[in-house]
Amino acid sequence: MEASAAAQGPVLLAVHGALKTFGPVVALADGTIELRAGEILALCGENGAGKSTLVKILAGVHAPDAGTFTMDGAPCAFRSVADSKATGISVIYQEPTLFPDLSVAENIFIGRQPKNRLGLIDHAQMRRDAASLFTRLGVPMNPGRRAEGLSIADQQLIEIAKAISLDAKVLVMDEPTAALSGAEVERLFKVARALRDAGAAILFISHRFDEVFALADRITVMRDGRYISTHRTTETSVAAIVHEMVGRDVDALFPARNAEPGPIVLQVSGLGRRGVFRDIDFCVRAGEIVALAGLVGAGRTEVARAIFGIDKSTSGTVSVNGHELAPGNPQSAIAAGIGFVPEDRRKQGLVMDLSVARNTALTLRRRFSRFGLIDFRAEKRTAATWARTLQVKISSMDQAVATLSGGNQQKVVLAKWLATEPKVLIIDEPTRGIDVGTKAEVHRLIAELAGHGMAILMISSELPEVLGMADRVLVMHEGLISAALERSEATPESVMHAATGSKEAAT
Amino acid sequence: MSTQATQTRPGPSGASRLGALLRLRELPVTVALVALVIVTAAVNPLFLSPQGMKDLMLNATIMMLLAAGQTMVIVTRNIDLSVGSILGLVAFGTGSIFAAVPTMPIWLVLLVGVGFGALLGSLNGLLTVWAKVPSLVITLGTLYVFRGVNNGWAGPRQFFAGDRPEAFGNLSVDTLLGVPIITVLALAVVIVLAVYLAGARSGRDLYAIGSDPEAARLFGINTSTRVFTAFLVNGALAGLAGVLYASRFNAVGATTGSGLELDVVAAAVVGGVAIFGGSGTVIGAAIGAILLNTITSSLTALRVDKFWQQAIVGVLIITAILIDRLASLRHAKHLREREGRNV
Repeated sequence: MEASAAAQGPVLLAVHGALKTFGPVVALADGTIELRAGEILALCGENGAGKSTLVKILAGVHAPDAGTFTMDGAPCAFRSVADSKATGISVIYQEPTLFPDLSVAENIFIGRQPKNRLGLIDHAQMRRDAASLFTRLGVPMNPGRRAEGLSIADQQLIEIAKAISLDAKVLVMDEPTAALSGAEVERLFKVARALRDAGAAILFISHRFDEVFALADRITVMRDGRYISTHRTTETSVAAIVHEMVGRDVDALFPARNAEPGPIVLQVSGLGRRGVFRDIDFCVRAGEIVALAGLVGAGRTEVARAIFGIDKSTSGTVSVNGHELAPGNPQSAIAAGIGFVPEDRRKQGLVMDLSVARNTALTLRRRFSRFGLIDFRAEKRTAATWARTLQVKISSMDQAVATLSGGNQQKVVLAKWLATEPKVLIIDEPTRGIDVGTKAEVHRLIAELAGHGMAILMISSELPEVLGMADRVLVMHEGLISAALERSEATPESVMHAATGSKEAAT
Repeated sequence: MSTQATQTRPGPSGASRLGALLRLRELPVTVALVALVIVTAAVNPLFLSPQGMKDLMLNATIMMLLAAGQTMVIVTRNIDLSVGSILGLVAFGTGSIFAAVPTMPIWLVLLVGVGFGALLGSLNGLLTVWAKVPSLVITLGTLYVFRGVNNGWAGPRQFFAGDRPEAFGNLSVDTLLGVPIITVLALAVVIVLAVYLAGARSGRDLYAIGSDPEAARLFGINTSTRVFTAFLVNGALAGLAGVLYASRFNAVGATTGSGLELDVVAAAVVGGVAIFGGSGTVIGAAIGAILLNTITSSLTALRVDKFWQQAIVGVLIITAILIDRLASLRHAKHLREREGRNV
């Protein structure tokens, strides 16, 4: 590990003050990086710090609203993916987008396949070219096989091979190691170091500090869409970086609660799903809010889905009030009193074209049906009651939910589940994509529900929300619960350490 | 730094080449076709007589052309349901031309038919690409529009074998090395299309688009142009099929080719063309077309009730899709467990 052998090359790619907004949401306020030839620069920040937006700007996927960009001292613009590629930038995503039906070689050379004298693709030559790329990378790969079913690690190597074949000067790796095993990470690092030593500039994004410190020459920290600082790896520490990543006051806007937890309502024991997560043990008491924290991809949503029965668990049990649920059966979960507000409202929580009333009553069709037909008036009455309680802003109960704002949609999803009067409510990212004002309202609602004795399991990637709302915080890391923190122990640092699986978590 | 990680996979070997052959999507349909022919011939030797073979080929010709064109469209994750109507319009148009100008050269009629088909196909392409409406809906619409135009144009009129020049009808009678002329023509087109899809950059783009349309756009592939072209070519082939239909069959009228579209899609699917795009070959689809036609003929030769013939075709389609689905499910599960976290 010779991370300190930083080449002091000239600045190759410089970005200053990159701005990107999506409607009223500022995704990136000040994206700034200076990347030198022959170095590996790590980019660190919490979920939502703006790293991915910056990467997408570099990739030409998002056009920036402002900012200066230079490559090799010359100004450059990234209006399209083709622009970015022409500038010499290649992006390797956490989950590469290969064409599963095409061969490995074709995925590398699509659109630039070598031709024979007849003007047709020379498949043999293409395979040889691909093979020689993999030889250069020092990894074995059969160029003739279909890309379908390749491991993520192998798919990334194909993207790297493609980058090399395009003579990319800058290689951006967006959380490439998130889905890799230890041996695969080592292999990737070997390739990355070799490319750096050959003069490439590499921007490496990772949540794992051990990797950042093992690989990067310098580290740039971002927070809330802004550039914070850059350090040489040898001159900083994990603690210092974590502090800069989370360094902000926890929002004081969260509702005050005096939790008097009642009896255990939801008990999860030894829950596991092969290849996804295992050994999940916890309970949620009546009137308690338990947060499931961790990085995106740590397995939190998957645990929630398994508890609710959407995915079938391969081991362990879930019980509500002492009654064990049948695995893989959402009906039984609903009957036992679990409500589930999913992360993606548009895809899983709401039928966008149906009315507010119909959506709210979706979980109650049985109760409203008479002789097999739905009693529309009863449906509307119940829905109206909940819409009032939750202060959903609508012009009429017949309005299609697609026309509502994100915050109001979230309220309709909540209403839908509250109408079933659940004992346990699982909420996945309750305030994602919701404006600040409505956010506070959703928080107030959740606190009220807990106050009425509901057991709440909240998944959230937003640290302030986790720390402000939860009575207890369970932190997941790579499919395991890495820490269970009481409210008093939960600090930005302790959660972040546990979420990143950092070795210094104990300190 | 360990080197262990680099020793993960053997290169291509004899075993993997055999494996590749076994994984060919065309394999099941080919095996089914061969088995069917052998069984039928064993029971009814007349099935493989020169006349029997010729009938088989003639019957499959039209379908083969249509299936080849449809493959090009399906591979891009689209579908063209209007091909039966296009064929009908062009076939009736062909009849009209010969009725009006009996001396019209055959090559010119072929050209006009292909051009007319291409025009109708490009209409499908334009609507799909510009309106960004699923082609399933667009071509369901043009299926009725084209058919309606055909109805209005033809009314109760029909053109019969006697209305066309003898030389034109002879295209379906004369043979080249025992193969009917129209079949030779269709085979040539299928082969050209197969080479294009496998060997041209733009042909491979079609697979990329069907494999992952979003990724294809990110790659800078001009998906609109490619998809439009696929519809245009498919229309042209349906046009060619329409002209050949007028040569092969006794009568053309308002209902000519109606219902063919589903047979065509069935042929492609049975031939290993994935209905959601990205994989499958023209050759496979052509074999699928031959298989479906052969089933009909051989069940007749085996004196199976006509009712059962359709049911058997249906079972075949479902079997083909189930095999595909099972294989990919097993694959996905295997991957999740092998490449998931070590937990």
